Amino acid sequence: MPVRPTASLPTLLALTLAAAGTLTACGGGSGSDPDTVKVSYKQSMDNSIKVMDTYLADIKKQFEKANPGKKVEFVPIKAPDSEYYTKLQQMLRSPKTAPDLVYEDTFLINSDITSGYLKPLDSYLAKWQDWNQFIDTAQAAAEGEDGKTYGVPDGTDTRGLWFSKDVFKKAGLPADWQPKTWNDVLEAARTVKEKVPGVIPLNVYTGKPVGEAATMQTFEMLLYGTNDGTADPLYDKSAKKWVAGSKGFKDSLSFVETVYKEKLGPEVSDALDPNVGTRIRGEWLPKGKLGIALDGSWLPQDWLPGSGHEWPEWSEELGLAAMPTQNGQAPGKVSMSGGWTWSIPAKAGNPDLAFEFIKTMQTKANAQKWYIANSGIAVRKDVADDPSYTDAQPGIKFFTDLVASTHYRPAFPAYPKVSTAVQEAMEGVTTGDMSVEDAAKGYDEELKSATDDQVIQK
Amino acid sequence: MTAEAPHAATGPTTGKSPSGPPASRPPGPPPALLHRSLARALPVSPAVVLLLLFLAGPIAYCAFIAFTDLQLTGQAEESFVGFDNFRTAFGDEAFLNAVWMTLVFTVISALIGQNTLGLALAALMQRASKPVRTLVGGIVVTAWVLPEVVAGFLLYAFFRREGTLNAILEWLRLPTQNWLFTLPILAVSFANVWRGTAFSMLVYSAALNEIPKEITEAAQVDGAGGWRRMWHITLPMIRRSIGTNLMLITLQTLSVFGLIWVMTRGGPGGKSQTLPLFMYEEAFQKSMIGYGTAVALLLLVVGSLFSVVYLRLLRTEV
Repeated sequence: MPVRPTASLPTLLALTLAAAGTLTACGGGSGSDPDTVKVSYKQSMDNSIKVMDTYLADIKKQFEKANPGKKVEFVPIKAPDSEYYTKLQQMLRSPKTAPDLVYEDTFLINSDITSGYLKPLDSYLAKWQDWNQFIDTAQAAAEGEDGKTYGVPDGTDTRGLWFSKDVFKKAGLPADWQPKTWNDVLEAARTVKEKVPGVIPLNVYTGKPVGEAATMQTFEMLLYGTNDGTADPLYDKSAKKWVAGSKGFKDSLSFVETVYKEKLGPEVSDALDPNVGTRIRGEWLPKGKLGIALDGSWLPQDWLPGSGHEWPEWSEELGLAAMPTQNGQAPGKVSMSGGWTWSIPAKAGNPDLAFEFIKTMQTKANAQKWYIANSGIAVRKDVADDPSYTDAQPGIKFFTDLVASTHYRPAFPAYPKVSTAVQEAMEGVTTGDMSVEDAAKGYDEELKSATDDQVIQK
Repeated sequence: MTAEAPHAATGPTTGKSPSGPPASRPPGPPPALLHRSLARALPVSPAVVLLLLFLAGPIAYCAFIAFTDLQLTGQAEESFVGFDNFRTAFGDEAFLNAVWMTLVFTVISALIGQNTLGLALAALMQRASKPVRTLVGGIVVTAWVLPEVVAGFLLYAFFRREGTLNAILEWLRLPTQNWLFTLPILAVSFANVWRGTAFSMLVYSAALNEIPKEITEAAQVDGAGGWRRMWHITLPMIRRSIGTNLMLITLQTLSVFGLIWVMTRGGPGGKSQTLPLFMYEEAFQKSMIGYGTAVALLLLVVGSLFSVVYLRLLRTEV
């Protein structure tokens, strides 16, 4: 005799709600071991790249030796960037899953600060001598809108132009090429196109498939070189509003349009392939199939011994140039910086121990070891001045010098949505589906809805 | 539950004996009945509890979230926003595009592709010799058991510009192109047909085996050709299997994510962005969980609309 569903409906409903409650409620108490510090970080998707794992294993050994009785447990997250953030944010929501220390991209740190996921570190930093060694922009990289600091940066990155000396030689371009304006860059690409057939003259990331790489490595590298170099062309800090309708925005879109319209870049279908970055680092640059790449300082990380695709000759075969401002106006060059910080979750069980771990990682010797291991750019002054760091690898001095003319993104909570809107506009002009005018208009509309109308016309 | 159970248990009994109103019933038999029904319900109760906990619970929670502006990050506190998310969705061109893409993808790859190809394969294999049957069946089922992501990579390699398909076309001296860029929705639809046909084939093979030989033989004696037998005998007789199969493959196809994600990420320009991909982008890339969940609920609605249509088809002519 079956139980009639009608009769048990209220009970069913009650049970359902109770079940939903159990599943979502965050139980109190972390239940973590007071002598174990749990550390979460982003593990490389490529099994052959173990730079971070090796480095952290070394720090763990030092830490456990210096703090008898204490243990370090790693909770690595193996995922591509965007999935890493998602996973991390889900862990940070509950004290049951929140680790004691997390590796945060400055791209999203303000969002996580606003969500209340992170703990302010000011009381720890005040008592920590080494904090004075960090350069000002880096100290501000993990600063919340409340003025408190929520993370210790473990280096930064800068961006510039990489070019193939071999391709340039064939095209009759100088080996010490240093463009002064955007037009110089385009002219060099046009020359390569004409003189060296079969080679892609210039790559600039574009469109949604490559995500933040399109926004930061390409669009912002252009946009931040369109004005006087002091005002932020994306976000007006004094008005606390996002900038819409600017000429610089349209000029930057025009640059991208020109690259793809004149076929100075890769085939559009390749440019919009989500895996284009891997092809640039693994195939196009090492095999001399690409003339110029606007890309980040971390590229040599892929070519290090033990990476699976070693290319030690890169420093002989590639040249480096700073990205110029639009018309060569002061300060002459542009770079964007991001990077990662170590932060302590608000729901961490052992915050004190976690900060001890940060201190171990950020002794001068360990920080220097890390910058060199992951092709990072120093944010500690004592390391940046140390010849054993600047001479450690070719290119390090070039990219460290760019820190002086670098910009950090306005990484406010709306930024990921703004960034997607930028990528959509770029994709529109790349495929030729949209004119610059239409794409910019589309961006302005998206911007309004993404930022709750916190928009200023310029 | 115990308070409500007696009603349910005694309901049919009181109906059979009109003389006994529930209040004045003798104390003997009903408790025994109650006992029995409770005892019978006992073995299934863990399953019911688990279902409620892990199926109904999250669904109910999702339904609730869809009415809030919950974000993954970037927000101190979420608030209840009523139907705002749904209003946003219907005013959002990208959402409408995703609905359209979902319909195209489902109709091409499930209703037309998997369904008819599965039926055709099953019908052909009825007549094939045993080795052929084993071989074809093996190949088709292999595509089915491959993990979605692996299948996605295989077909990405097949369709990309330096891929297998273009190599074949080049060999035939036909023009080549990047299929994932020029015809993304067709490419992913084909991938889904490739991957999912085995299921329909298995369902239809079973159904065709159920048809009594005498009927088809009698029709053959009466002079009915192959097509007529198919149209007038086979199809009507397996109508129920067609309905069930259509429903299952539609629901499977509506939720395809990994395959499209690996091959095109919904691009270029949203030209292969179905609802699950749109939902993922809104919820996890733009971190708007509330909005993403609302889209998920709408996807549930699309699925149930399809189901209702199939159920209606099944009911007529019974």
